[in-house]
Amino acid sequence: MNFKALTAIALVAGLSAPLAMAGGADDDNMVINGDTDMTTKAAAAAHLDGALDEVISGWHFRSDETQQLQLDDFDNPGMIFVDKAMDTWNAAEGTEGKACADCHDDPADSMAGVRATYPKWNEAAGEVRTLQMQVNDCRVNQMGAEAWKYDAGTAVDMEAMISVQSRGMPMNVAIDGGAADTWAKGKELYYTRTGQLELSCANCHEDNYGNYIRADHLSQGQTNGFPAYRLKNAKLNGVHSRFKGCVRDTRAETYSPGSAEFIALELYVASRGNGLAVEGPSVRN
Amino acid sequence: MASGVKPRVKVPKKAAAGDAITIKTLISHKMESGQRKDGDGNIIPRSIINRFTCDFNGQNVIDVTLEAAISTNPYIEFESLVPEAGEFKFTWYDDDGDVYDTTKKIAIG
Amino acid sequence: MEFTRRETLAMGAGAALMTVLPLRASASASDDLIAAFTGGAEIADTGIELTAPEIAENGNTVPIAVSAPGAASIMVLATGNPTPPVGTFNFGPLAASQSASTRIRLAGTQDVVAVAKMADGTFARASKTVKVTIGGCGG
Repeated sequence: MNFKALTAIALVAGLSAPLAMAGGADDDNMVINGDTDMTTKAAAAAHLDGALDEVISGWHFRSDETQQLQLDDFDNPGMIFVDKAMDTWNAAEGTEGKACADCHDDPADSMAGVRATYPKWNEAAGEVRTLQMQVNDCRVNQMGAEAWKYDAGTAVDMEAMISVQSRGMPMNVAIDGGAADTWAKGKELYYTRTGQLELSCANCHEDNYGNYIRADHLSQGQTNGFPAYRLKNAKLNGVHSRFKGCVRDTRAETYSPGSAEFIALELYVASRGNGLAVEGPSVRN
Repeated sequence: MASGVKPRVKVPKKAAAGDAITIKTLISHKMESGQRKDGDGNIIPRSIINRFTCDFNGQNVIDVTLEAAISTNPYIEFESLVPEAGEFKFTWYDDDGDVYDTTKKIAIG
Repeated sequence: MEFTRRETLAMGAGAALMTVLPLRASASASDDLIAAFTGGAEIADTGIELTAPEIAENGNTVPIAVSAPGAASIMVLATGNPTPPVGTFNFGPLAASQSASTRIRLAGTQDVVAVAKMADGTFARASKTVKVTIGGCGG
C-alpha cells in the first residue's frame, strides 16, 4: 500500500458525517442452539448522549457463513477453549491446593450474570477491575497460584468459560460511583485520535460502522461478544488484544493489554454496549 | 503428544433402527501446515492430523484423508446409518504418530 | 495458528500476486492430481455438488460441503494453494449419504474443485470460485 492510499483511507475514515450505509448491519436473528434468543440490537443507553441511536452486535456485520458458526455450540470452535477452561476450573493449583471449583462449585450457578457487569468497581481495592483481574486476584490471594499474563490463552479461555454462564443476559456495566473517573478516562481515550492515520475509535466505530475500510466491514466495535474466536488466528482473543490491534492499525505505539488505559477503555466500550446480550465466545473474522 | 489436543463429537443419544443421523466432530489441533517460517526464517515442520475415521460396531462409516489445507481445529460433519444399538468409534491420526480416539453409544428407541 | 505481522504481510503480498497472475504451476499440479485420482478417465460435470461461499471473510477458515450420491470417495482440491490437496472423503458401508462438510484454508481467491469417484467406476466433478477477502483490519 502506498502513502496516497493510506491518506485516502484516513480521509474517508476521518469524515465526521457517516457515508452512505453501504451494506450496514443485517436483519438476521441470533438464536443459539435453537433455544437461546439473543438481543443483538438495543436502544442506546442514555449515557451515549445520542452518539448512537441503536447499539448493534458485531455479529450483524459478518457474513452469513461466519454468523452461522456462532449459532450452535458444537459449530462454535470457541467452545473447545471453554471445555479446556472447565478442566482448569476443576484442577487444584497453587500453595493452598485449591481449585476454582472448591469455593465456587458449579460455574453455571456461581458465575451466572458475572460477565454482564464487568469491568466493575471494586470498593475494597479502590479500583475498576476487569474480569481477568478479578480471576487473577483469586489465583494470587486465595489459591496461592501465579497470576496469568494478561490476555494469555489460559486467562482468555477462563474468561470465555465464565462468559458462557451469562450468555443471553444483557450487558449492564455500572459507570457511576467509584467507576465514574475511570469511565471518563475511557471515554476520552475513545475519542482521541492516535497514530500516523490519526484515527480515534469513534472515527471507525461510531462515524463509519456499516461502511467498508478496504475489505473490512466496520462494526460498532462492541465488546459483548468477547472473548471472540477469530477465523484469522483460530483462537480466543481478549478485548485488550483487540484494542491493541486496532490502535496499532492506526500506526501508533499501543498501550499494553492490562494497562490502566485499556482497563478504562474496556469499561467505557462495554458501557456503550449496555443492553446487548453477552455472546462470549463469539465468532468473528 | 501434541499439546492441548481435545476431541469433541456430537451424536444423538438415540435413533430409530435404520435411521440416518448427522454426526459432527471437532478436534483441537494446530494443523501446522509446513508452509510457515519461524522468526529465524526456518520452515516450521508440518504437523497435522492426517486421517480421521468413524466406525459403528466395527463397520466403517467414513475414512477421511486430511491435508495441510484443512483449518486449525479440524471439523468434519457427515451422516451415518444406525442399523442397531451400539457404539461409534472416532479416531484421529497425528503426523507425529499419536492416535486420539473417543467413543459414543447410541440407543434404539 | 498465529502469524506475525511480517508473515501476514508476506502472505498478503503472495495472495495479491495470485489475484494478478494465473496460477499455472498449481493449476497443472491440480490437473495431475485429478488425473492420478481418475486414472485419466472421462469426468462428468453432473452428479456432484460443491457448496462454498462466494466470498470468504477470512481464508483461514472457509466452510465447504460436498455431496455426490453413489460416490465411493470425493477428493477436494484448492487449485490456488501452494499445495492443492485439501482432503479425500472415503465413504464406508454405513455412510447414510455420500456427503460431508469441513473447514478449509485458502491462500487467496481461487477455484475449489471436488472430484467424485462413483461406486460404478465413473467420475464427476464440480468447481466453485471463492473470493478471499484481503485487506481487513489486522487486529
